[in-house]
Amino acid sequence: MRRIALIALPYLWLLALFFVPFLIVLKISLSDTALAIPPYAPTLDLSEGWAGIRDWWSGLDFENYVFLTTDSLYWKAYLSSLKIAVISTAITLLVGYPIAYGMSRARDEWRPTLLMLVILPFWTSFLIRVYAWKAILAQEGFLNQVLIGLGVISEPLTILNTNTAVYIGIVYTYLPFMVLPLYAALEKLDDSLLEAAEDLGCTRMKAFWLITIPLSMQGIVAGSFLVFIPVMGEFVIPTLLGGSDTLMIGKVLWEEFFSNRDWPVASAVAIVLLAILIFPIVLFLKNEEKQWESDT
Amino acid sequence: MAENPRKPKPPTDVFTPWEDPAAKPLIEFRNVTKRFGEFVAIDDLTIDIYEREFFALLGPSGCGKTTMMRMLAGFESPSAGEILLGGKSMVGIPPNERPVNMMFQSYALFPHLSVWDNIAFGLRRDKKSKSAIAARVDEMLRLTRLEQFARRKPHQISGGQRQRVALARSLAKAPKLLLLDEPLGALDRKLREETQFELMDIQEKTGTTFVIVTHDQEEAMTVASRIAVMEHGKVMQVDTPAKVYEMPNSVYVADFIGDVNLIEGVFSRPAPETCQITYDESEPPIHLDATPGIAEGARVTYAIRPEKIRVSADRPDDLANAAFGKIIDIGYLGDISTYHVELANGQMVKAAMTNSTRVSRREFTWDDEVWLSWRETAGVVLDH
Repeated sequence: MRRIALIALPYLWLLALFFVPFLIVLKISLSDTALAIPPYAPTLDLSEGWAGIRDWWSGLDFENYVFLTTDSLYWKAYLSSLKIAVISTAITLLVGYPIAYGMSRARDEWRPTLLMLVILPFWTSFLIRVYAWKAILAQEGFLNQVLIGLGVISEPLTILNTNTAVYIGIVYTYLPFMVLPLYAALEKLDDSLLEAAEDLGCTRMKAFWLITIPLSMQGIVAGSFLVFIPVMGEFVIPTLLGGSDTLMIGKVLWEEFFSNRDWPVASAVAIVLLAILIFPIVLFLKNEEKQWESDT
Repeated sequence: MAENPRKPKPPTDVFTPWEDPAAKPLIEFRNVTKRFGEFVAIDDLTIDIYEREFFALLGPSGCGKTTMMRMLAGFESPSAGEILLGGKSMVGIPPNERPVNMMFQSYALFPHLSVWDNIAFGLRRDKKSKSAIAARVDEMLRLTRLEQFARRKPHQISGGQRQRVALARSLAKAPKLLLLDEPLGALDRKLREETQFELMDIQEKTGTTFVIVTHDQEEAMTVASRIAVMEHGKVMQVDTPAKVYEMPNSVYVADFIGDVNLIEGVFSRPAPETCQITYDESEPPIHLDATPGIAEGARVTYAIRPEKIRVSADRPDDLANAAFGKIIDIGYLGDISTYHVELANGQMVKAAMTNSTRVSRREFTWDDEVWLSWRETAGVVLDH
């Protein structure tokens, strides 16, 4: 009995905080927009009994999903988000791997400090950190002043309000999510495996490709998903650092919801985003499962 | 440690390149010193190892034996001196370019590769043809009796099988020299003993020179053609197992290898051909055969193995040395029993007797008074 209660707890949690909200959003996405509170119709009126439920049910349709295909804005936003997510995940991996590798090879007494340094940015509000990047990247910002001061450039660079600024912001923000799983994977790596590879005729570089990379693959996959999935729906960074041409689905969603007050279309956008993300999430879970199997 | 007096190695005239001045050593350590900061791991060490030898580096942990092996593999380089392999200096040559392979203490099997791919790993680096690699891997699998495990991953096989994969992988490239770092440390006793003989068998079949690092003296005695006993970065003695055991050159070696009684006394020559050691006024001196090279009146240590001492109820007249004492303790080990006998002056002496009869009919028990006796040639005199 206690075991059932123990298992039931996380399931109830998921049910209440994920599945029920999901059903509500799904329902709204099938509704029509209306000048009312809440701004959609139909709403379920149980006081009319069976007929009320039938009315409510017949009022639901896939109109909003059809609408998403008619306006090129939406699929362009999805594609653009996908592109930004893929590229920034790749950059984060390229930046994060050497950091994680260096940490895992650092002397034992240094590791807690280095780990702390990776986590430290979380102690400051995310919004403040993104705003700080505005000050750094602006036309008269720190970066341009330093570069002009050093004589590297004569004209200030336009970085803020471009996709470059969005990439910088995303890589900066999501780096810890990449570094931590990579570090966890690399830290387990037994040095004698690399020595064995060298002993059997590998150069250091070759040993890295044949041993270190494959053995840290679980960390690479986990880190990449932890970056890719939230970046797909990222809204704050493209809004604050990106320009008018930075198209991301998170921004579109926000505008549908708050500027247009079109809850049903916004919900449909969210549901499609979820459907797109289900695919990598399932892959991620498969990967975890495989790891679990190979560990036992 | 329990003493299993083993059969001596095959007659020494079969394979003794170290006694042949014309023989060219495969490995030469020339005045090699290795420092880690202030710590001296290897102290001015010179040693020769010959082709086809099964050479054991034996010593307690921290004696420098692993450092020596890592210098041979190329993972460490000497702070001073040089190491020659087949007459060529190995200074500055990285591990991947040395004709040396190593079997790691942890086995260091690649967890993401199958047994087959682990063994093929080194061969693939040599850009050999697919069929040549496959033939060699299959040969190694046969040699180590692993054929049916070829497709398994390292975590799906037992410890003993992993040990054989590690051996097969390090032998696959047919190295001139195979280094084995505590190769049997992770196996249980029974499997370890079996594997020791397997190792010797494989060494003989392949004709590879083996250098084994171990802290287990029994293992070194079993497998090695010669043993180097090490202590604090120095080699104390290099000799065949039988010589290291029967003729240790120092108190350290005598004490480290096997069980031994160490009796301190004063050396004297009452007559030209007789020598003796006086260790206590009240006890008769220990009679020795002619022992040249030790000065009259020198303080020496007399080392005698427990199994060289006979325990009897009556004083025997056929042996030169006899001492009277009381049994304080009996250690029953199955094949032998060790008697701890206290002499009249309080000196404790260990004597080992094989249990040729069953326990119920054993002759001696606690507090029995017994005679200990041994030959003139039974012990060794060690100079200080």
